Amino acid sequence: MNTTEKIREIAKQLLTDKKVDLVVGFAQGSLPLRSTPYFARTPEQADNLIWSATCENNLANFVRKRSDKVAVIAKGCDVRAMVALIKEGQINKDNLTIIGVPCQGMIDRKQVCEAIGCQEILEATDNGNELILKGKGFEKTLAKEDVMFVSCKTCQYNTPVIFDELIGEALPGKEANYDDIAAFEALSPAERNAYIAKEMSKCIRCYACRQACPMCYCSECFVDCGAPAWIGKGAQRVDDNALFQTVRVLHLAGRCVDCGACERACPMGIKLSLLNRKMVKDVKELYGAEAGVNLTDPPALNTHKFEDKEDFML
Amino acid sequence: MIINKNEIAGILTKLAEEYRVIAPVKKDGLVQYAAIKNGEEACLDYANTKKPGKEILFPQSEELFNYTVSAEGVRMQDNVDKEATIVFGMRPCDVKSLVLLDNVFKNDQYTDVYYLTRRANTLIVGLGCNEPASTCFCTSMACGPFAKEGSDIFLTDLGETYFIEGISDKGKELLAKLGLSAASEEQKAAAAKLQTETKADGSINIEGLAEKLGGMFEHPFWDSLHEKCLGCAACTYLCPTCHCFDIADEAKDCEGCRVRNWDACMFPLFTLHGSGHNPRPGGKARWRQRLMHKFNYFVERYNATACVGCGRCIKNCPVNLDIRQALAEVRALD
Repeated sequence: MNTTEKIREIAKQLLTDKKVDLVVGFAQGSLPLRSTPYFARTPEQADNLIWSATCENNLANFVRKRSDKVAVIAKGCDVRAMVALIKEGQINKDNLTIIGVPCQGMIDRKQVCEAIGCQEILEATDNGNELILKGKGFEKTLAKEDVMFVSCKTCQYNTPVIFDELIGEALPGKEANYDDIAAFEALSPAERNAYIAKEMSKCIRCYACRQACPMCYCSECFVDCGAPAWIGKGAQRVDDNALFQTVRVLHLAGRCVDCGACERACPMGIKLSLLNRKMVKDVKELYGAEAGVNLTDPPALNTHKFEDKEDFML
Repeated sequence: MIINKNEIAGILTKLAEEYRVIAPVKKDGLVQYAAIKNGEEACLDYANTKKPGKEILFPQSEELFNYTVSAEGVRMQDNVDKEATIVFGMRPCDVKSLVLLDNVFKNDQYTDVYYLTRRANTLIVGLGCNEPASTCFCTSMACGPFAKEGSDIFLTDLGETYFIEGISDKGKELLAKLGLSAASEEQKAAAAKLQTETKADGSINIEGLAEKLGGMFEHPFWDSLHEKCLGCAACTYLCPTCHCFDIADEAKDCEGCRVRNWDACMFPLFTLHGSGHNPRPGGKARWRQRLMHKFNYFVERYNATACVGCGRCIKNCPVNLDIRQALAEVRALD
């Protein structure tokens, strides 16, 4: 039985036995290489659930602040977000059933687009390690690992850290790899500034990054506050766009689970994970803390340890 | 008339001496409209620009006027943009969106001097689509890959050459100045064949949809439609017909400016009242508004659907909420 079949079977059982009111998972999307979040409430609807290398969204967004009993089909990063949200009182663990799926990485459609010269894909087949892409007058095969999201390539938690049921075999964890951030850190301040300014010049302030982020749930975002207006509302000023991202990254300090949802959602292709991963790396180095990797560690900014570095304090 | 593709860059460079020439350019991996000085920058081999053409007449952020306050009183300076502009190579869906936006910025209740001044000073060169994308459904939206409505000049891609038609008087005048050669009968026939036979496949039947939606305000359909929506504004900001805006004053001490910024019905802040009450408190009410505005309210008010079928909302939605499917579901309801 493949992963999709197992997901359907478990979801059907949970809904038939009325152990949950809802199963949140993925259904086939309307475009090639696209899945879409799906909400199954009946055993029949469970037949629409699927699993593939295109299930890119972080479903933790859909289980926050719910009063019904929910099961969720979750990959490693989704579960890390849920663990962090449980610790922040945003998810009631008693009402949540996690169907964990060890994840080998999701396909980045932007990288696929670049690899095929951005010709339109009309049909995509996943044969395990490769993607076969067809369009008008072309057929191309790509190795999946070459076109994975950067966040998936560096993911250390492919197997969910907690689950009620695990579908398939657990995958071995990878070594931490912050080469991308180290390369960014090696740039001069002027070069870093220029890089960020270039990325931020693309921003249209649609806030897809914020909305897609499972940890961005302030009841009022500072950018939406009118009195006082903390920030210019327009997208034409690169400094304001950078300020928005800077404050977002700071709000996520010690809380970001490095899932890459922000960058995946960005319609303008801004390299947002760079800023977030820099903070993830700093928090790990300074405090030895990682968000959402277990239910026992308190959130990094909610605690103080004698070993914490204090060299930034006066 | 006819023009070789390799002559286009030179003509654009020459036009840029006299006009602000805006064309699609490839920048940071995205195709976007930008003012160009050198015709070589124009990229006419594209499916759709990332941001829609509306931004040319209705910029995402627009300084309406600036002001200073001093002991002598208040000084105000408006920023109406009067520069003569040519938009070169705009796809028919984006051109059609401007025709729709005209209704919004000039009607019996309101006349928008900023938009209308730009509109009056802008000449649009439309470019037909030989290969509409699978997400395109312009043919179903009173538009089409070769719809000429709104274009002053229209280009049809014949491979090595463009077949050029002057549509409006303004367009014909400009063409007369360029001194192009006449098209052969064969070229005319090839253009006519492309124009009549090319269709956008992603078809939606909207016949009777506005009436049906009109009776659906309380329908349970809205309870589930929005469920996977994240509540971002990627769909509205990248939509060529969405036109909501917010106005803010940006001031420091005695100097400031009034800025108009795109806003979106998908944001809770858009409808939040000063009292704290929000008439559209959740995703359900907001998605109902988005769909109803495009396919019912706009139809009732302006007798046109506020959608041109460009497919940007489909391609850019982070959760693949496909408006074609939403409309098909409405159709399928009893």
